[in-house]
Amino acid sequence: MISLKKISKIYGSGDAASTVLHEIDLEIREGEFVAIMGPSGSGKSTLLNILGTLDVPSRGQYAFLDTEIGSLSPDQRALFRRSLLGFIFQGYNLLKKTTSIENVEMPLIYQGIDSKTRREMAIEALKEVGLEDRLSYDPGQLSGGQQQRVAIARAMVTRPRILIADEPTGNLDTKRGHEIMELIRNFNQQGITVIMVTHEDDIAAYASRTIYLRDGVIEKEVNHVS
Amino acid sequence: MFRNAFLQALREIRRNLMRSLLTAVGIVIGIASVIAMVNIGKGASKSITQSVEQLGSNTLYITPGQRRGPGTRGVIEKPFKEKDLETIRSSVYALNVISPVESAYMTVIYKEQNYRTSIRGVENEYLQAQNWNLAEGRAFEKNELRTGQNVCILGQSVISNLSLDPKSIIGNKIRLKNFSCEVIGVLEVKGANTFGADQDDVVLVPFSLFQRRIGGSDNIHLMMAAVKENVPLELAKTQIERVLRERRNIEKEDEDNFQVRSMTALLDTISQVTTVLTVMLGAVAAISLIVGGIGIMNIMLVSVTERTREIGIRMAVGAMAKDILVQFLIESIVLSGLGGIVGIAAGMLITFGVATWLDIALVIDPFITMIALIFSMVIGIVFGIIPARKAANMNPIDALRYE
Ligand SMILES: Nc1ncnc2c1ncn2[C@@H]1O[C@H](COP(=O)(O)OP(=O)(O)O)[C@@H](O)[C@H]1O
Ligand SMILES: [Mg+2]
Repeated sequence: MISLKKISKIYGSGDAASTVLHEIDLEIREGEFVAIMGPSGSGKSTLLNILGTLDVPSRGQYAFLDTEIGSLSPDQRALFRRSLLGFIFQGYNLLKKTTSIENVEMPLIYQGIDSKTRREMAIEALKEVGLEDRLSYDPGQLSGGQQQRVAIARAMVTRPRILIADEPTGNLDTKRGHEIMELIRNFNQQGITVIMVTHEDDIAAYASRTIYLRDGVIEKEVNHVS
Repeated sequence: MFRNAFLQALREIRRNLMRSLLTAVGIVIGIASVIAMVNIGKGASKSITQSVEQLGSNTLYITPGQRRGPGTRGVIEKPFKEKDLETIRSSVYALNVISPVESAYMTVIYKEQNYRTSIRGVENEYLQAQNWNLAEGRAFEKNELRTGQNVCILGQSVISNLSLDPKSIIGNKIRLKNFSCEVIGVLEVKGANTFGADQDDVVLVPFSLFQRRIGGSDNIHLMMAAVKENVPLELAKTQIERVLRERRNIEKEDEDNFQVRSMTALLDTISQVTTVLTVMLGAVAAISLIVGGIGIMNIMLVSVTERTREIGIRMAVGAMAKDILVQFLIESIVLSGLGGIVGIAAGMLITFGVATWLDIALVIDPFITMIALIFSMVIGIVFGIIPARKAANMNPIDALRYE
C-alpha cells in the first residue's frame, strides 16, 4: 500500500546542511502494524511525518496505492490526510479548553458531516475508548491516559486507512501505556494499518514488524510472529 | 463550513472574553460616534426645519439689492417705494397679505422707566402674515396708517419689562426717543423664534410713522408677504418678480436688482451647514474606526501566534489553507461585527440622551445603521485578512512543533 523509494530528508543547506534521512526504502502492506525504533535523533519522527504527509522529503518517491504523494499540492495532501489518515502524538495535541466531544468532532467538521451525525459519531468513538462518562470534560480535567484516549477517538472517528502514532505511550506509565496499546491493537485488528514510533521494546512488541533506524538509515527489520 | 466557523468564532471570543471586549472597544467607540453624530445631526436639522416651518413656510421676504455674490459689495441698492407695495398688493393674486417692515433699536420710556427694544414699523397685514393676534385693544386704523398717527402696539416682553398692566396701559402714552405715542393694543405672547430671539420684545408703530420719525425717508427696505394657502411659493415668487421687474424697468437680459426669498431658502443653507458638519464628524469617527481595525488586527496576530499549535492540529486532521483562512477571517468579522452591534446600541443610547437633553427630534436613521453594521464587518475583513493569511500559510509540521 505504501512504498518509499530512496527517501532523503536534508535540513538546512551548504555547510549547515544535515542529512536526517538517507535514501530510505520501505514497503508497508495494508493491515500491517509497523513499529519504528531507534535512538533519539535518529530520524524516526521525521520519517513518520513524511509518511503522514505533514512533511515532504527532500528527495525520493512516496507512493500511496497508485498516488505519487510528491506530486500533490499542500491542499491535496490536506485532503489525503482528511480522508485516509489518523494521527496520535506523544503530547496528545488536543485543543485546549475544548471538550472531549468537540475535540473528537473536529475532523468531522472538515469532512462536512452535519452536526447531529457528527455528535453521534463522536460519542460512539469516545465510547469505544471507554470515555463515555467524560464527554464534556476539558483536556485540563483529564489524566494523561484519558487525554490520549480522546486523541485516539479523534484519530479513529473518521475511520482512516492508516493510523500514525508518534510515541503514543511516551508520556504515560506502563499500565496506561498498555491500555493505550490494547486500543491501538484493537483498531489494527479491524484492518487499519498502524505505523508507530516508540523506543520501548514492550510497546514495539505489539507490532507485527519492527524497523530499527540509526542515523537516518534502516539498520535492521524484525518480523514478529504472534 | 461558514456556520461551523461562526460558532467556532463565538466560542473563541467567549474563551478570551476580556481580551475580545477590549479589542472591540475601538470599533464600539467608532461605530457609536458615527451613529450618534449622524442621528443627532439629522435630529437637529429636523427640529430646525420644523420650527422654521412653524414660523411661516408660506412667508416671502422681498428686499432690494442683487443676490450677493463675489464682487457685488458696495453696490447701491435701489429701495422700494409705497407704489411698489401698492402694485404688488393689488395685482399679485397669489398673495394673501403683504406688509412693509422696518426696524430700529430704541429706548422706550414710560414714567421713570427705560427699556431698549425693537421698534418696528408695519401695517396690519404684518400681524396677519405672522398669524399674530392682539391680547388687548385694537389694531391700527386706516387713517392712522395713512397719516402716520402717533399710536403703538406693545409686545408682551415690553409690558413685563416696564412692569405695565396690559389692560390699563391702553390709552396711555409712552415716549420713544423723539416722539410719544398712544398705546392702542397689546400683542399676544409669541415666545422665542427658532434662533432663540424673543419675538415679544417689540413695539409696533404704523409704517408711515416709522418712515417719518425714525427712517427719515419714504424708502422701503423689506416687504413681508404671506402666500395664499394651497398656492405654491414659487408661483407667488414669479408673480412678484414679474411685477417688480416691470416697475423697476429691468431689461430682459438684466438680472433682478431685488430678491424674493422664503424661509425654505434659509432651510437649504441650514441643511448645507449641518451636512458639512455631519460629514466632518463622520470623518473623525471613520478615523477612530480605522484605529479600532488596527486594534483587531493586532489582537488577531497575537491570537494566530498563540494558536499556532491548534492550527497545526487542524491541518493534521485535514484542514486546508482556505479552511484556516475562513476560520480566522470569520473570527475577526464576528469580533468587529459584535463591536459594531454594541456600538450601534451605544450610539442609539447617546442619540436618545442628547435628543432628550437638547430637546431636539429623535431620529434613528435605518440607512446609517445598516451602513455602520456592514462597515464594521468590512473592517473585520480588511484588518483580519493579514492575520488569517498568516495562519493559513503555516506549514503543518512547523505549526505542530511550535512550543
Ligand atoms: N526543522 C528542523 N530543522 C533542522 N533540523 C531538524 C528539524 N527537525 C528535526 N531536525 C533534526 O533531525 C534529527 C532527527 O529528528 P527526529 O526525526 O525528530 O528524531 P527522533 O524522532 O528519532 O528523535 C534531529 O537531529 C533533529 O535535530
Ligand atoms: Mg521523535
